[in-house]
Amino acid sequence: MSFSPSLGFAKLFLPSPSLLNFMALDSTAFSPTSLDEAYELLTRFVSQAKIIAGGTDLMVLMNARQLNAERFIDIWALNELRGISDEGETIRIGALTTYTQLIKSPLIQLHAPALAEASRTIGAIQIQNRGTIGGNIVNASPAGDSLPVLAAFDAEVEVGSVRGVRRIGFNEFYTGYRKTVMAADEIVLAVRAPKLKPGERSFFYKVGTRRAQAISKIVMAVKAKTTDGMINSINISLGSVAPTVIRAPQTESLLANATLNDEVIWQAATHLSKEVSPITDMRSTEHYRRKVARNALAKILSQMV
Amino acid sequence: MCIVSVISVISVAKNVCPNLVWSDLEAKKSMKLNFRVNGVEREIDAPPMKRLLDALREDLRLTGTKEGCGEGECGACSVIVDGEALNSCLAPVCQMQNANIITVEGLARDGKLDPLQQAFLECGAAQCGICTPGMLIAARALLDANRRPSRDEIKEAIAGNLCRCTGYVKIIDAIEQAASAA
Repeated sequence: MSFSPSLGFAKLFLPSPSLLNFMALDSTAFSPTSLDEAYELLTRFVSQAKIIAGGTDLMVLMNARQLNAERFIDIWALNELRGISDEGETIRIGALTTYTQLIKSPLIQLHAPALAEASRTIGAIQIQNRGTIGGNIVNASPAGDSLPVLAAFDAEVEVGSVRGVRRIGFNEFYTGYRKTVMAADEIVLAVRAPKLKPGERSFFYKVGTRRAQAISKIVMAVKAKTTDGMINSINISLGSVAPTVIRAPQTESLLANATLNDEVIWQAATHLSKEVSPITDMRSTEHYRRKVARNALAKILSQMV
Repeated sequence: MCIVSVISVISVAKNVCPNLVWSDLEAKKSMKLNFRVNGVEREIDAPPMKRLLDALREDLRLTGTKEGCGEGECGACSVIVDGEALNSCLAPVCQMQNANIITVEGLARDGKLDPLQQAFLECGAAQCGICTPGMLIAARALLDANRRPSRDEIKEAIAGNLCRCTGYVKIIDAIEQAASAA
């Protein structure tokens, strides 16, 4: 790193931004311009290189000195990973699609409205312009706000490497806290969400410290089909209540074919509060998260009646 | 790292990546970047993972852009890149090749303040001033996309910008005034 002569001495003692960030200045970044180039770099460096897309998670860690890598593979220029397309039964969302693009997309608004809703709650505009859905998926935070929607929709993650492309069911994608089934040389290409079918609705609910810029205390997404107050099918997913984003299969089966009324709703919501396994941490307590899980489901179910 | 191992890494990578040119692999410590800042073509040599914030402040001496939190929470470092506001503390400079960047220094034209700056002055929308460049940039990005925003849309647009002095009301008033004057 270089010090300017005029400020050099002072800079040694003051925590200037570049000193805080000095490790990053030793890093190489490759900026492949095609997916094949990215695959080749990943094959060469495997886990010795870190992929960077919008940087909204990774740069935070770097600025806090919690992450350093000698090599970065900057995939921001890979336009083949951008775009939202209609595939008939499903919507395909390229990994580099930003939250702003999801919010603005008529396809998402129509066929996966909960995903647009979730995107609106992520960070604020500056983050939404840069953060990507692929980044949210691979960052693998249990608090990732788009993830419960993808889980509730039974989405599919498309990953690629020199070995080819494979598809992984979203609900098989995470194996533990910040762990995924991806190999070190693989990269997320896209995520596919089935379109809402006639009679199906999606719901999203997040509780954070405030409306913007908040990391979730609890986040929930539901996809359900009801006929005259009777539930034909329901998928319930939550974030920030377990080591990974989770589905709530017990509560789902409790609700299958149930006719919604106050008692059924309360029973299911109470069951959910026991099914989740939250912890107490800097953002909230286990007790609070169980209660809010219950209340959030009750709120969503009462909108279906 | 010793020179031999650097060379061996480069040569192996070169074999695996026939499409990559030498200059990509030699970009170990710095790379040449060309972008447009406030309407002027600029070229800098910088480490690829240097933050855009630091490149602006240190390499280009544009110190109007401030660092607050360094983690994308406060918005003080906001700049407009290709028409969209972003946090320059979270953007590595290698992603700025050929970008069109506007910082707070680029808002005034020909010695005349941007209507937003004028309105901030008139409404008393700045106290300590650390958030002001980011507020102005977030507001500029809003008005460029939406010339007559509602009060709620203004709040949404500056939701990623923290101010600890004014309580936001005067800032929102100022943005509203600038929008209605335009």
